Amino acid sequence: MIRPNHSFALLASCAVALLGLLVLTARAQDKNPYAGDSKMAQLGEFQFRANCAFCHGLGARGGGRGPDLTRAKKKNGSADADLFRTINYGVPGTAMPPNGATQQGVGMTPEEIWQVITYIRSVEKKASAEATGDASRGKTLFSASACGSCHMINGKGGRLGPDLTSAGSARSFEYLVDSVRNPSRRLAQGISEAMKEFSQEYETANVVTADGTKLQGVVLNEDSFTLQMMDAREQIHLFDKDKLKSFEKTRESLMPAYDTKTISDKDLQDIIAYLLSVSAPQ
Amino acid sequence: MKTQIKVSTCLSLLALTVLAPAIIGAQVTPQRLLDSAKEPQNWLMYSGDYAGRRYSALDQVSTKNAATLAPKWAYQTMAGGKFEATPLVVDGILYATGQDDRAFALDARTGRPIWQYQRALPGDIRPCCGRVNRGFAILGDKVFMGTLDAHVVALDAKTGNVVWDVNTIDYRSGYSITLAPLAVKNLVLIGVSGGEYGIRGFVDAYDANTGERKWRFYTIPGPGEPGHDTWEGDSWKIGGSPAWITGSYDPATNTTFWTTGNPSPSNRGEGRAGDNLYSNSLLALDIDTGKLKWYYQFSKHDEHDYDATQVPVMVDQGDKHFILQANRNGFFYVIDRSSGKLISANPYAKVTWSDSKDATGSPIARKDASPTPEGTRVCPGAAGATNWMSPTYDPQTSLFYVTAREQCDIFSTAPQPYEKGHAFYGSSYFPNDDAAPFWGALRAIDPVTGKCKWEFKHPSPTWAGVLSTAGGLVFTGDAEGNFIALDAASGKVLWHFQCGASVYASPMSYSIDGKQYIAVAAGSALFTFALP
Repeated sequence: MIRPNHSFALLASCAVALLGLLVLTARAQDKNPYAGDSKMAQLGEFQFRANCAFCHGLGARGGGRGPDLTRAKKKNGSADADLFRTINYGVPGTAMPPNGATQQGVGMTPEEIWQVITYIRSVEKKASAEATGDASRGKTLFSASACGSCHMINGKGGRLGPDLTSAGSARSFEYLVDSVRNPSRRLAQGISEAMKEFSQEYETANVVTADGTKLQGVVLNEDSFTLQMMDAREQIHLFDKDKLKSFEKTRESLMPAYDTKTISDKDLQDIIAYLLSVSAPQ
Repeated sequence: MKTQIKVSTCLSLLALTVLAPAIIGAQVTPQRLLDSAKEPQNWLMYSGDYAGRRYSALDQVSTKNAATLAPKWAYQTMAGGKFEATPLVVDGILYATGQDDRAFALDARTGRPIWQYQRALPGDIRPCCGRVNRGFAILGDKVFMGTLDAHVVALDAKTGNVVWDVNTIDYRSGYSITLAPLAVKNLVLIGVSGGEYGIRGFVDAYDANTGERKWRFYTIPGPGEPGHDTWEGDSWKIGGSPAWITGSYDPATNTTFWTTGNPSPSNRGEGRAGDNLYSNSLLALDIDTGKLKWYYQFSKHDEHDYDATQVPVMVDQGDKHFILQANRNGFFYVIDRSSGKLISANPYAKVTWSDSKDATGSPIARKDASPTPEGTRVCPGAAGATNWMSPTYDPQTSLFYVTAREQCDIFSTAPQPYEKGHAFYGSSYFPNDDAAPFWGALRAIDPVTGKCKWEFKHPSPTWAGVLSTAGGLVFTGDAEGNFIALDAASGKVLWHFQCGASVYASPMSYSIDGKQYIAVAAGSALFTFALP
């Protein structure tokens, strides 16, 4: 009576251990099971459109909200397992939400995430335009062009414009070029509702206070009743709108438009290469 | 021990003496629900009354004193996600649900909890758009809620104990319940969510005492039923048409009105040729049998996720009986409640998906508004010109107030094979590239002309509903966290309070001990306001 029981227990514990191992293997899978499968890449494209394209754009080329994923090098790791982790758990402190919390799709199963990764692999480029720039020359140009008077990198620089520490990898090359050449065409886009409680778009505010003082600056935040703004001298002003003599908001950026005479295409490419080197150091 | 027992016995005796009227009053009979207008101090159902008006006859807070409104108490659910519930208040006790299917009863004067309930949800539920719940229905001594795993649960109103718990359908095929049920006669009515998963939608009625299902109305006709031929092949089996917002009820005709959501896949018409009845429709159902009396379909063969799941509001004018609906597709509809015939449809927000009407006056979709691989720009966007947040009808001003969203999106195709329980959109959408930001507005619409009488602009589109009160006020919230009181006649802002997070709910009002309260959920807290 003892022996059968004993062996049964042994068998059972073996089975449990084996099952545990199986579960573990499935969870800890770090290689894409669909690698190179073009059918899976197509399914992945549809998943991508439903779940990811909102920020990363059609074709995964990024834009004003999310990184260009056609770059081979990804900021949060380029291996299959890294991509799976980034998609499934999101990136804390950024607009990248965990799987299922994007409010844009209903979330993906592990299989669907692997399909998306297969799709991303299918659109990756080996060498991208920005990689050909000279980052160290870009760094010199960044200072020479006084970009730092309004933009911070790694805690140093001005406050009036967006912090550019992670801009290189968080935005597409085309978007960054456009932001320099034509800053008012599309203001720095935030994402309202769901992604972030408020979106700062660096709109320009022109204010006349009750005592007649004229102020120009950048909108930090705003609601129907109040305004929080920073003037050109980096002073923060807090206003109740109904107490202002006038308040006008424009989508003309305070950032000057830099044409090719001021910053040549080559110089801009170097500056962006610098931004990329700062945001995803190797 | 002995002393304690004595003290508690004394206390209960005292409680019995003092609170006796309240305890007797706690029984919510079907008659009390019918006569909700007779007890404006209570808020007995999701929309305040069977007509779906979200109007409070309380007038202590008025245009004259609204500027002095002050917060009274806040209750923290301590939960993340969107808090979309409208509380009920019955004889001094507030009942509400919250994120992740939690629920609670509070002392409505102080916000102190009397009981709390948290459903043990399975790990693999797949609600589409947040782990939300919009509230309770109450009947007898029970409160009723739908759950994210597609159950209907009856809780004892005094303890929060589960009295019965019925499974409506297998949640793993994509069903969930997020709406507040509607209690009528001895029935608890619910509808399901799941238009993103290729479900087959339905409205159910359960016996309030036992949880036994009395009828089910499938929102997609089966083989042999009228309307079945509006679906291509087997597409009806996975055609969506959920019913995820609380209906209304007309005791005069024994009819309950329910609205339905998008056909599935939501943004791809290929494979489901036809009108796709009864998606995006208003349904008139016999309350006792669930039989369809008539229907009106707002968006035929929809490809833009234009769920018609906005509370149908019943309004009478002399011997004429109407349903008013500001639809997600951007049109404000007036429908004859006895026949289902369309009276008028006028845009109340920017609309590009339709530029013509059929012989009945129903807007028709433009062919070139369909999603394409490259993307088609369409207004309103996928979240609609409005959404589930409640509108209100104020009988004093005879105006209909609705939260309008001005946002156009780019719709692009993304064909997906159907797989049980998996997302089934068939397309995707993203914000358009316009330089101008999206915005929103509270709009006051004259139902007779369909014209906007006034609007109050929000800096961004909001998900807050609207309450009107006999004090000449409308209350709403915004995405920036403000809760706002406006003059119902002019739209002038009279008061506002910063809640600290977006308002994703519709407000309500109640009164205790002669004091009127306004309540709204924002962030993860429920806030109440009253005169000082």
